[in-house]
Amino acid sequence: MPSITGVSAVDELPKPEGRGPFLTDRVSAGTGRLGDRIFGGTAKGAGLLVIAIVTLIAGFLMSQALPALAKDKVNFLTSTQWNVDGTPLQFGIANLLWVTVLSSVIAMLVAIPFGVGVALFITQYAPGWLSRTAATLVDLLAAVPSIVYGLWGLQVFGPHMSGIQDFLVRYLGWFPLFTSSGIGAASTILTVGVVLSIMVLPIITALSREVFAQTPVANKDAALALGATRWEMIRTAVLPFGKPGVISASMLGLGRALGETVAVMIILSALADGSAWSWSMFNGGETFASKIANNAAEFDSPQKAGAFLAAGLVLFLLTFVVNSIARVVINRSKAFSE
Amino acid sequence: MKTQSRQRFASITGVALVGTLALSACGSDNNAATTPGATKGAANAADCATGTLNGEGSSAQKNAIEQAITDFQATCSGATINYNPTGSGAGIKQFIAGQVDFAGSDSALKDKPAAGATSIEQADADKTCGSPAWNLPMVTGPIAVAFNVKGLDKLILTPAVTAKIFNGAITTWNDAAIAAINPGVTLPAEAIKVFFRSDESGTTDNFTKYLHAAAPADWTADPGKKWTGKGEGKEKSAGVANAVKSTPGGITYAEWSYAKDNKLGIAQIDNGAGPVELTGEAVGKALNAATQTGEGNNLKLKLDYATKEAGAYPILLVTYEIVCSKAKDPAKAPLVKAFLKSFAAADEQSKLQTIGYAPLPSAVQSKVASAIEALS
Repeated sequence: MPSITGVSAVDELPKPEGRGPFLTDRVSAGTGRLGDRIFGGTAKGAGLLVIAIVTLIAGFLMSQALPALAKDKVNFLTSTQWNVDGTPLQFGIANLLWVTVLSSVIAMLVAIPFGVGVALFITQYAPGWLSRTAATLVDLLAAVPSIVYGLWGLQVFGPHMSGIQDFLVRYLGWFPLFTSSGIGAASTILTVGVVLSIMVLPIITALSREVFAQTPVANKDAALALGATRWEMIRTAVLPFGKPGVISASMLGLGRALGETVAVMIILSALADGSAWSWSMFNGGETFASKIANNAAEFDSPQKAGAFLAAGLVLFLLTFVVNSIARVVINRSKAFSE
Repeated sequence: MKTQSRQRFASITGVALVGTLALSACGSDNNAATTPGATKGAANAADCATGTLNGEGSSAQKNAIEQAITDFQATCSGATINYNPTGSGAGIKQFIAGQVDFAGSDSALKDKPAAGATSIEQADADKTCGSPAWNLPMVTGPIAVAFNVKGLDKLILTPAVTAKIFNGAITTWNDAAIAAINPGVTLPAEAIKVFFRSDESGTTDNFTKYLHAAAPADWTADPGKKWTGKGEGKEKSAGVANAVKSTPGGITYAEWSYAKDNKLGIAQIDNGAGPVELTGEAVGKALNAATQTGEGNNLKLKLDYATKEAGAYPILLVTYEIVCSKAKDPAKAPLVKAFLKSFAAADEQSKLQTIGYAPLPSAVQSKVASAIEALS
């Protein structure tokens, strides 16, 4: 802690989202040195480039999708049909949207508690040697290619889901989410959700870990000094401090889960045309990404490509909306934790 | 600052370097292609030429063309053939865009505009070539009706029963309709689990064409690349074959090689002239019954799926190589000709049978050979 002005560390704490508001920062900023200007310019350029790329992608999706959408003869949002080969053109995304959202929600329900738990263990409970090893191992999960997760999920992990599925169908089968659908247990939305949760676990764990590790020692010590147990200290000092970080981490993970392609394509059974609508998590289906990837080789007419890209546009917007909501939540929870 | 300018310099040299490489690659390519090797009179009668050919398209013929490429390159050093199995639609698109020298496709170029498009594939391809584009049938891929029922290794299916199984009208293995055509076989009271291709595929297209032609009363949906029956969708041939393998009571349609590799049961098909086992010979008989719809050397075939010829196995797909009758780049013509010739040759074709394809019957083969001779 450089304290040229004599300000102590307790007065100004680094915030979890990164940039520490140290006075020294403000002093050195904007000195007009050449290096500063170049770096500032590069950073600004990189930022603008990202915005430009996202805008161009959105523009591309729009330009491809709109002509097909204009010719769509059924409601794009509520229809479950997908006839893009002939005329009349009929396509709707109800099924895709439901499967995408349901599988991602399942993934988040499993991954967030797990990821936060692992991060807390690594930063607060584990001895040094174990926390380093555990952190490396969890990070390694991120390096496994998604096709490996797909094959593993379908052939090794999936068949073990039949026990859970049978149990839920037998005792909770009256609830629409748990109705039986005749799809093999290895290829259901539930299985995909659980495999996705393993895929996003390293993202959530790694970011949460970083945030938890930054909890001010003063806060932790204060909690312990007041007689809190280790868990009470975590609840009152670590978790409130890390909450915005955990939410950000979850959103990154959710982005991955929503857009995951290959693993979903391999595991999930597609439904035949005209299958009855089902809310069940034991049903099959296709997500936006898996449907596009599965059919990309046969985009032989502009209207067909347009129909698929219209679905891609919805995924793009969905991710955008989810992230915006997350921003709002983060800002609000920051107001509470300070 | 210093770092930045150095970086800029590096990137400029990088661009320059890539440019030079690309140019030199082009140059050497042309040079090589203009020097055809021993065209006639080699000891093994294999015509050779040097250079590079790029093809793209059907994944159904992937294994066959890879085998043919390996064999061709072993005899003809200096020839490089690349084939990218991205799917028939993608192959035709690239061919029309002039990006590849030949396309592989599960269906011949269409003479009518595709839905929602105004362009006609055959006309577009002719325009790109500056000469008629020819469809040459090259690889015959039988489609097996593959099943996994414990204790059952011989199963006979008629078109009507097959259609009913795949559209969900028959749901258990011991259904009276199946029992009636399989006398003396004990069928289990297991549920039938149908698996289909979730991606759009030529296999689905040809299988539904078969069902539609041979059992029009039971399979009313229009044939197409997209599945219109019932069941669970799996990705690609490997996906459906694997799903049947791991699911007792499962049944699917897949290329012969996938059924064989996964040791699945393969149904005998009874089109009305007695049950026919899937063999290369039986497929050849069905292909002989096909009629040609293209003109002259444009060998578009129309298969007779409902054929009642004795000993003919009717469920098959024919994959074509689509080439310009007059090569756009004359330098490449000898190589195109040499490669296709070796691909269509009798010994190469019979070799394909060991990897799950059927050889072209001699009548079709001689037509293909004369068409290849006419390429320039």
